[in-house]
Amino acid sequence: MNIAVCVKQIPDPATPYELDDENHWVIRPEDQVLDDTDRSGVEIALQLAEATEGTVTLYSMSPSGSLQGIRQALAMGADAAVLVDDPELKGADALTTARVLAAAMQQQGFDLVVAGTESTDGYTGIMPQMMSEILDVPCLSFARKVDAGDGSVTIERQTADGFDVVTAPIPALITVTAGIEPRYPTFKGIMQAKSKPVTTLTSAELGISNTTHQIIRSVEPVAARAAGEIVEDEGEAYLRIIEVLEQAKVV
Amino acid sequence: MSVWVFSEEVNGLPSGGSLELVSKARTLGEVAVFYVGSGSAAAWEALGNHGASSVHHLDTGDVLPSGPAAAAMADLVSDATAVMFGIGNTDRDVAGRLAARLGRPVVSNGLDVSIDGSVTVASEILGGTLGVTTEVTADSPAIVITRPKAFVAEPNGGATPTVSPVAMADSGRASTALVQEKHVEESEGPALGDADVIVSGGRGLGSADGFEMMNELAGLLGAAVGGTRAVVDAGWVPYSYQVGQTGKTVKPSVYIACGISGAMQHIVGMKGASTIIAINKDPDAPIFALSDLGVVGDVHKVVPQLIAGLKART
Repeated sequence: MNIAVCVKQIPDPATPYELDDENHWVIRPEDQVLDDTDRSGVEIALQLAEATEGTVTLYSMSPSGSLQGIRQALAMGADAAVLVDDPELKGADALTTARVLAAAMQQQGFDLVVAGTESTDGYTGIMPQMMSEILDVPCLSFARKVDAGDGSVTIERQTADGFDVVTAPIPALITVTAGIEPRYPTFKGIMQAKSKPVTTLTSAELGISNTTHQIIRSVEPVAARAAGEIVEDEGEAYLRIIEVLEQAKVV
Repeated sequence: MSVWVFSEEVNGLPSGGSLELVSKARTLGEVAVFYVGSGSAAAWEALGNHGASSVHHLDTGDVLPSGPAAAAMADLVSDATAVMFGIGNTDRDVAGRLAARLGRPVVSNGLDVSIDGSVTVASEILGGTLGVTTEVTADSPAIVITRPKAFVAEPNGGATPTVSPVAMADSGRASTALVQEKHVEESEGPALGDADVIVSGGRGLGSADGFEMMNELAGLLGAAVGGTRAVVDAGWVPYSYQVGQTGKTVKPSVYIACGISGAMQHIVGMKGASTIIAINKDPDAPIFALSDLGVVGDVHKVVPQLIAGLKART
């Protein structure tokens, strides 16, 4: 099975993000990292590829030229990557991103597309669903468990009050929730990642232009919650917690 | 001016989130609801009572709703000013497919929506530190997804709406996805999304065993138990426990964060709590910056003492 996995490189969430003054876009440094939410998708893809003697190809769109995050996913065990890297795509919205990634996958071919549910930095949470419509495939979303084989894919889909078992023939797209512990790259994997093939494409080569139709009118700091009282525990801090619970009329 | 609201059936009634949206939408224009599920008189009454004038009802049977719902909506909403979705899983599936089908952008994570010539959406980004106002410049309809509890579900005593059945539209290969089984998972205590008190655990609990004391503390406080993405990823608790950007958004009276450092993606889901109490051994943990009471200490000492202290009171 030929598995395509969406991955996103984002600025390290451990460092404060900054926006540019003109367009209010997140400033993307050279050394972006793999979005943690994508690791579950890479993990599932690797497991399915191992079970079906398939291949895992990463797809990413990044206007910064960075490859660090892609290499992190290759180090987990993915076989190759396709990166659409084009300054034209700066500030691209989810629909433009979906068109770009779908076009790249159509060009390269796929049986199953795997994506996370949303990115950590932008979290619009609808890009994979847009891709499924463009690719004309079923979207088996919010999977907490995935089985594939015999030309079909079956998932446990999270619902408001439990889960549904949903199945579809491939080609199909699945989105995976957290809850699937991703593997850590091995030293060997990290070394191999450096020589794995990364194909770079531009949006012009895919025939897709940036059609973002939303304008950020203003950005203002939100009044932060004031930090309250800090207590160093010396064995009696729990008493203060009980007092606060009493004030809140919880006990 | 017409505003459409997507509503998925949950336990035979419109999802709670969709009633919040209908309540907001009636302040913006005439409200049409696209309803997916079996449908019932009680469901129509609930939608009307929150301000819906018309309901368009699609029952997809065993077919996963997102493809057929998006295809049918694309034909219906062309004259609408805005189409509003909640953050439910099916909401997001339909919104994404509809947007791609119509070639329209989606503005996500809305906290407020206004219509004044164009549609403008207020939201917060970067862990809720920055407020952003986004104007949709594409042709209508504007497609907006809003956060849970951005609006209050308030009945206005509206009449029962007109209900029109919607036929299954051709949605290509999307209609090959079939729901084979439905499972309802029972959980003890209050539901996380509605709980007045939440006891939540992070990596600092050390292992899955750490949740035993979370459950005990929750039992004493009549609280629900939540967790961070890290502990869900580690398999210590199921995904349904997850609070944060990729999990649930909660607004309890009291949120007790145990061994939680306060990653941006967690804070988004719980910063609306009235009172936040945090216990963490790292004095520099970001969670302390938004806590009303921060205890710098070992959760494995403080929580058992707290449990004993609460038991001693009863």
